[in-house]
Amino acid sequence: MAETAGAEKVHSGAQAPRAFTSNPLITLWSTVIGKKIVMAVTGAVLVGFVIAHMVGNLKIFEGADAINTYAHFLRVVGMPELGYGQLLWIVRSVLLLSVILHIIAAWQLTLMNRAARPVDYKIRANQESTWASRTMRWGGVVLLVFIIFHILHFTMGVVGFQPGQWQDLAVYQNVVAGFSLWPVSAFYIIAMAALCLHLDHGIWSGIQTLGWNTQRNQSKIRMASRVIAVIVFLGFISVPVSVLAGWLK
Amino acid sequence: MKLTLNVWRQASANRAGSFVTYEVSGITPDMSFLEMLDVLNEDLLTKGEAPVAFEHDCREGICGSCGFLVNGKAHGGHKGTTICQLAMRFFKDGDSLTLEPWRAKAFPVIRDLVVDRSSFDRIIQSGGFITVPTGSAPNANAILVPKENSDTAFDAAACIGCGACVAACPNASAMLFTSAKITHLNVLPQGQPQRDQRSLNMVAAMKEEMFGTCTNHGECEAVCPKEIPLEFIGKMNRDLARAVFKRRREPIPVSPLVQEAMQK
Repeated sequence: MAETAGAEKVHSGAQAPRAFTSNPLITLWSTVIGKKIVMAVTGAVLVGFVIAHMVGNLKIFEGADAINTYAHFLRVVGMPELGYGQLLWIVRSVLLLSVILHIIAAWQLTLMNRAARPVDYKIRANQESTWASRTMRWGGVVLLVFIIFHILHFTMGVVGFQPGQWQDLAVYQNVVAGFSLWPVSAFYIIAMAALCLHLDHGIWSGIQTLGWNTQRNQSKIRMASRVIAVIVFLGFISVPVSVLAGWLK
Repeated sequence: MKLTLNVWRQASANRAGSFVTYEVSGITPDMSFLEMLDVLNEDLLTKGEAPVAFEHDCREGICGSCGFLVNGKAHGGHKGTTICQLAMRFFKDGDSLTLEPWRAKAFPVIRDLVVDRSSFDRIIQSGGFITVPTGSAPNANAILVPKENSDTAFDAAACIGCGACVAACPNASAMLFTSAKITHLNVLPQGQPQRDQRSLNMVAAMKEEMFGTCTNHGECEAVCPKEIPLEFIGKMNRDLARAVFKRRREPIPVSPLVQEAMQK
């Protein structure tokens, strides 16, 4: 190759020494696409979790016993091979790791994306992006705040309850008491709307990032993503709406 | 037809630029957008002002030289059309148009509507070579390629490297461009020997050139004059994962950028 001006900036590996991948996961994380793949995989774990959580929540409509027994079941499942609540903690660890990786990847990619366009356009018209796709970052921040509040609220009972009102494993009573305060329900519903938008773009986006999207099935994947997002939204808000409407007491 | 143009004027790469408003008249519907700018430039030259600089070559939508934003849309926002192929019949008398160059860290403005896209060349260079027999011409069909693969490679190779994908992307990402270049060779038998190192090197070069990353908005696909689909970005992602996770008996040659990451 002829030496030309700027040739020192060529990143070709033609004459480079050879290399093995010592740890594929670290190599993956070092690439921008690898971080996208990490976001897609952790996102898939979290989508699976919110669907299971939503379905579990619906047990509240079978009455206090059904959901309280379900809460107990989540702690005894896996026994006797595992101790009380151990499987639940394993699942929680996986979820926590997924959330952390999802946020770190999103944070790093967002910084790179901001740096990629230091001077913005005077006018830039959106043509194919959706409201959901453009609100992923701030929607994600709303969800993070919500998750922290939600754990402190229903899981630990340290906020949003009178002293002594929250009781461990008394899910039905806790939910009815918690959602009776309208600001709590309102925040919950807003957060679920953010989740709905996040899933509408996120599920399709994850499938695309993992390379399962083709031109032929793109509209179907986007539709399926939207349907799942709306079902999850309706399933979650059915509980606070029912409490506020007085259907659950 | 009479138009009001709001054009980005910048004397050189390191001078500050600003929008300047011009009136242009005598435009006919059968003129192309660039011919309309030719009319404006002749007018400016007669007045002794500097003409508006814009890149162009073939004016048939196949060279990839031209391109800027018209009212916030790359190449004017018509499906599968470069700005040189955009006819003035799509505009109305009295329209006000804002013309702005591609904006990205990797595409510095050189002058007016012209940007430096050599970062694209460096991404292509980072892909390296393919091993092909030299000497006498090989027999046609000596290497059989399934129809579907040759179509895919052809669709990817249609990329003219105009940069509209980067310009339209909210993240100034070059992933549609890079995915087209990677897919073009990675689906063909001739591209297999260097497949993994090509994927690793080109993706690393994309980051090194300070392009952003994909968030699957689809803005690139909407403005691409060659209608490169988002699907190719997914294919590139899989090719990268394949390159990273493949267990090898021998180390592969990769650029120093990738090597650093691989030896951590």
